[in-house]
Amino acid sequence: MNIVILVKLVPDLVEELTVDTSGIALDTAWLRLIINEFDDHAIEQGILLKERGGGQVTVVAADIEGVDDVLFTAAAKGADRLIKVKADFTGVNNHALARAFTTVIKELQPDLVLTGVQANNDLDGSLGPLLAGCLEMPYVGYLSGVSLAEGKTKVRKEYPGGLIAEMDVTLPAVLGIQAAEQPPRYVAVSKVRQVMKTSTIEERTVSGLDMTGGPTLARMFQTEAGQRATMITGSPDEVAAKLVGIFKELGVL
Amino acid sequence: MTANGAVEQSFYDQVLEATPNGERLRLCLQCGDCSGICPFGYLMIHPPSRMIANLRADRFEKVLDTDTVWMCVSCYACTAVCPVQIPLTPGLMARTKEELILAGNVPAELQSALENSQRYGNPLGESPRKRADWATGIVPEVKILGKIKKKVDVLWFVGDYPSYHPRVQSITKALTKVLNALGVDFGILGPEESSDGDSQRLAGERGLFEMLAEKNGAVFSKYEFNEIITTDPHAYNAIKNEYPGLEISYPIRHYTEFLADRLDQLKPLLKHALKAKVTYHDPCYLGRANEIYDQPRAILQAIPGLELLEMSHNHKNSLCCGGGGGGMWLDGFQWEKAHVRLSEWRIAEALATGAEILAVACPYESPRFEDAAKTVQGAGQLKVRDIAELLVEAMGN
Amino acid sequence: MNQDIYVVIEHLRGQVAEISFVMLAGARELAKGLGGNVVAVLLGHNAQGLAGNPSAGSGKYLSADKVLYIDHPALADFTSDAYQKALAGLVGKDQPRAVLFGSTSIGTDLASTLSIKLGLPMVSSCRSFSADGKFISQICGGKIMAEGDLPGPTALVTMVPGGYKAEQGQSAQAPGITQVEIPALESLRVTLAGYIEPEAGDVDIAKEPVLVSVGRGIQNQDNISLAEDLAKALGGVVSGSRPVIDQGWLATSRLVGKSGKHVKPKIYLALGISGAPEHAEAITDSNTIIAINTDPAAPIFNIAKYGAEIDLFDLVEVLTAQVKAAKGS
Repeated sequence: MNIVILVKLVPDLVEELTVDTSGIALDTAWLRLIINEFDDHAIEQGILLKERGGGQVTVVAADIEGVDDVLFTAAAKGADRLIKVKADFTGVNNHALARAFTTVIKELQPDLVLTGVQANNDLDGSLGPLLAGCLEMPYVGYLSGVSLAEGKTKVRKEYPGGLIAEMDVTLPAVLGIQAAEQPPRYVAVSKVRQVMKTSTIEERTVSGLDMTGGPTLARMFQTEAGQRATMITGSPDEVAAKLVGIFKELGVL
Repeated sequence: MTANGAVEQSFYDQVLEATPNGERLRLCLQCGDCSGICPFGYLMIHPPSRMIANLRADRFEKVLDTDTVWMCVSCYACTAVCPVQIPLTPGLMARTKEELILAGNVPAELQSALENSQRYGNPLGESPRKRADWATGIVPEVKILGKIKKKVDVLWFVGDYPSYHPRVQSITKALTKVLNALGVDFGILGPEESSDGDSQRLAGERGLFEMLAEKNGAVFSKYEFNEIITTDPHAYNAIKNEYPGLEISYPIRHYTEFLADRLDQLKPLLKHALKAKVTYHDPCYLGRANEIYDQPRAILQAIPGLELLEMSHNHKNSLCCGGGGGGMWLDGFQWEKAHVRLSEWRIAEALATGAEILAVACPYESPRFEDAAKTVQGAGQLKVRDIAELLVEAMGN
Repeated sequence: MNQDIYVVIEHLRGQVAEISFVMLAGARELAKGLGGNVVAVLLGHNAQGLAGNPSAGSGKYLSADKVLYIDHPALADFTSDAYQKALAGLVGKDQPRAVLFGSTSIGTDLASTLSIKLGLPMVSSCRSFSADGKFISQICGGKIMAEGDLPGPTALVTMVPGGYKAEQGQSAQAPGITQVEIPALESLRVTLAGYIEPEAGDVDIAKEPVLVSVGRGIQNQDNISLAEDLAKALGGVVSGSRPVIDQGWLATSRLVGKSGKHVKPKIYLALGISGAPEHAEAITDSNTIIAINTDPAAPIFNIAKYGAEIDLFDLVEVLTAQVKAAKGS
């Protein structure tokens, strides 16, 4: 079973996000990039599938600052091959990323492509279904379980309220992972450092990113910051009445 | 040699490599003192002496098959009581936890503390840029070495919880007042400071500890200062005892040592009497692990009106609050097994002395003891205060 | 040039999802400026009833100028391959000004793939449209807004809730339905094997829309029933912070916090909870946090939207009574 996992680095929401002088992009000066949490789950799911049924896991990512650490950590968890794709990724959108990865993935001829169901900076759709379109493979997203059978895969797709739909998907396919069957495992720093000495990251170069399909922005701005709670005063009856009004506004009553 | 014999040998070798006097592990008499004094020993399937027995019997995998080593709060009681001075806490316990982490057996709370430490330089997951936010608005302005680029007399290594945790920030601000009142020329690293890494080391992440230590070492070497002080006994322990092994050597004192030296200067400033019965909790890594018992008491006794009482466990056999060495991040896990918190036992002891105030000197303690005081019967009126906070009260600020 | 706004109606097992109404409201806003129609696109099998009858529970119809209905056995339940193929034909032929999808388990399986397949531009996480027809999207955990002109010739847009209320997309009158034929749906690569219901009786607080959460302030186990009455009246459940679970007053499955569950309900009503960091981090994604605490310095007031410095024992029963009265009317 040949599994390819696509990983994106996204803005860390722990840091304050600001807009740069262009007015339509995030200021990168203080931007911390971390692995997209859902892609971390995709890695975990991929490793679990390999541990259960054998096969090879290849992790692919764009070559931007911090990617080496992410890839080596994946190798320390059990990934077999690491590939980073080099290009000028300034201002890249998901359409361009999907097209850039398509050539690499076609070369790898995977049975299964896994990636996180979404990322916090998606503005032109998510990488997974875009990739599926480029590769002309079927796509199912919001998955919390994947199991493999001959020639196809059974997936558990999440709907609101805890409802799950089990679906059969013909391979090769692209799957959008919401949650791996167990939380992403911890890997000791010493193990990652060890892997850095023994593993190599392969490189592929792609020229001319095609951004067609993404929107052009007129303006990007910070959502109004939250402040201290609006305090409700009065007697218990008065406070209760105001709360009932809020409940109605929120559609709960 | 059997395959397990190979495990035993490599385990010994690694303990040896990482811990001074690690070879003493072979001298164990199987007296059981360690297991007896361990506060959670009664809940461990393999308390320390039994871990060693299994190791010798080529059955260490039995220990690694259970997760009860996560009940260890690294309180150092076993190490302090061992008749042949085996470095049990930093050697045996930490190394066994390391094995579990390598095997992927990590309680979820601990995992996120470790991941946060790696990513943000603090276990709380706060932005490193905000590490000095506690100092905003303080007059005179707290010197951040990266900004002033000048030599200072004292580098104050603030630490994770003192920087970010709201309750502990009050203590940080209190010490600032005391240092300013004494005219101490001090500076902090602010956003350049990373976690000291000691609790992470004791929780089994040696690699992470080294990474954090190296980062701090690189930052220390950029600046000029005569000594380091800290409110955190864990940072104190790390920089004093563990960093030198990584070629990072600086003189460091706990703030109580530093202030005890300046009592003559401090006493005149303590104008307001604090008429209260106060009992002092010896933090594990200030007291038992580094034998600093007198200086905190000297400071408390310098406060007019203060009556100092001792709890039944004090000095070397003080009871751990349950926070250090990873305990802070194993709280949920340990609660599931124990249904009691060490901090609650300690609060009950404090109450038994008749004290109105429980004085502490470690950043984990205030939040832990205040939480415990809310659930222990009769502890509703007991106040928890860091020594620095009591000094500020006595200074009348 | 077709200026119509198409809305892909989401439905699951006979129920129209709320996001569909939110999208219809957004479509109406957009269509006004463009002078086009709002067209609801309904795919299913023997599912005309979803448009022609009041949708279950709400008593309201889809607010659309017309409904295009595609019937096929393969569309009886949502599967990405069949729905994507059916829509590709329709959108490719009709070329509307925009097609709205939910930013959901259903919509996101479709929009992006269609963007590539049909060579049409797309915008995701759209919360609302401005009066002059710009999309306004919200990204980065809600911290950043992005605004721009609606791309052309046909914009594929996934929408998140929050910009419009469901009522704005509902109508008292049933829209007209036109059935549309599509070529056969063959060689489908995704098929439904079955549904798995959530476990009955085992509450997953992470999925509840309303949580009435208790902290130390509740003081003892008996008082929890006060919270339970309120929760029931609001259609939610009771959850708690660490000390309450530790005391054994609530099951571990109800724990909200660093070592428990992260929750993001519509309403998180915190009763007697101080809001220490370990608890706060698990609730900041909630839509609306309401904090009741007698301590004005409680940190929870810094993350709550509304607060009241009032004793929960003075408030809760009164509030429960008023909520019940409001429902009864």
